[in-house]
Amino acid sequence: MTWTDDARRSVAADGESVLALFPAAARHARTEGLDGERVRADLLVAIPGPVDEVARLVTLVYQRGDNVEKLAVLRALPDLDHSTGRRPPVGGALVDLLRDALRTNDTRLVGAALGRYGADHLEAPTWRQGVVKALFTGVPLDEVEELSTRSDATLRRMVADLVAERRAAGRDVPDDAWRVVDADAAEATVPGRAS
Amino acid sequence: MRIVDPHIHMTSRTTDDYERMHAAGVRVVVEPSFWLGQPRTSVGTFCDYFDSILGWEPFRAQQFGIAHFATIGLNPKEANDPRCREVLTELPRYLEKDRVVAVGELGYDSMTREEDEVFAHQLALAVEHGLPALVHTPHRDKLAGTRRTLDVVRESGLAPGRVLVDHLNEVTVGEVAGSGCWMGFSIYPDTKMDPHRMVAVLREYGLERMVVNSAADWGRSDPLLTLRTAEAMLEGGFTEDDVDRVLWRNPVEFYGQSERLDLDGVLEAGEPVAATSGATFEGNSVLRGSRDA
Repeated sequence: MTWTDDARRSVAADGESVLALFPAAARHARTEGLDGERVRADLLVAIPGPVDEVARLVTLVYQRGDNVEKLAVLRALPDLDHSTGRRPPVGGALVDLLRDALRTNDTRLVGAALGRYGADHLEAPTWRQGVVKALFTGVPLDEVEELSTRSDATLRRMVADLVAERRAAGRDVPDDAWRVVDADAAEATVPGRAS
Repeated sequence: MRIVDPHIHMTSRTTDDYERMHAAGVRVVVEPSFWLGQPRTSVGTFCDYFDSILGWEPFRAQQFGIAHFATIGLNPKEANDPRCREVLTELPRYLEKDRVVAVGELGYDSMTREEDEVFAHQLALAVEHGLPALVHTPHRDKLAGTRRTLDVVRESGLAPGRVLVDHLNEVTVGEVAGSGCWMGFSIYPDTKMDPHRMVAVLREYGLERMVVNSAADWGRSDPLLTLRTAEAMLEGGFTEDDVDRVLWRNPVEFYGQSERLDLDGVLEAGEPVAATSGATFEGNSVLRGSRDA
């Protein structure tokens, strides 16, 4: 049996074992010609038990993880939000991980927090702040799930303000800003602009 | 020229340093965990520090086209503080991380009984986790400390070829040369070693198992002294291949024993990837680099 098969079975039998197996999983996966992040996601999906227990273990894996491990956890959240025969969907039980990721300045984590799980579970104020932070830090808005359906008047106002601030400073406006606001509408909001 | 700095405390350095280092050819750095200048008072602050050199710092380095790895361990100075010693129970989970390429830096500060125990314990952890060990030699009573260090290494069961003994100088290098351990030299502006003294040591002892670092930290130090040493080697008659051996191939071989020194993205066809001067920050390459595939 390969290391990764063995690891998946261990976690399915005893969820707690994910704590020891998860950090080394990606490099073992690579030696087997597998994608490290995929194998890490498989380990999380294999954790059995009620939502509280799964959420406790996934949170510990995230908190103890380096940034690449954290990224793997964030990207696995949509998978955890589907039921398997051995556990129910986690629902919003792991939304605190997204809040943590959005507080970091690691653009990979910020982008991942705005994926499918974030689109489904982040409350509007946090989600909007996340989108503006993505624009600020150069995360492509392609990574933001449900951008058009979740955008609202408040987000458009926030992004228009960002555009105005950048223009007032003579700095470039990120191209992705125009995916949220209408270019003509943003023109009108530039303060002190001679017309 | 391509350079590995096998011992540098980047959390103490600015982004200007990263830019200058990249321009000088530095593509890989190894950051040993160590004392912060201010004593820690709890295990929690240790964990935050380890998390930082395995989390934020590699991300920061990546913005400047430099691959960042770490060594994890309880340093000898704080091994003497009972408030910090408990971090030993946290070490095993850190020693499984992908970016941890050695246990360290270990060794002696004041050569106390506590330091003995913590040093031997962590060498055993190195064996257990399949990692080499980075061992520094003490600032005070250096020659006796180096001898005692080699005794402990001998008793540890860790092969000498998996141990790098660092901060050596003219007085201590001879002790280590015969031991089979790797020999590390920290090139400082006015203490430890300087580039010209280093060239003389290389002439006398050869290039095998020799590595050079800047050990730059929050004290008076210079992250470009690796490059200055390379230049001094060339002026002193060493070839470019000799320089590449000491500044690149040797440290890659030593830390490569961890089987975790993943240099993908750092080199293209053996040559350093062209300078990006931080331009990756707003580009896709940061995100690309994060994927395992």
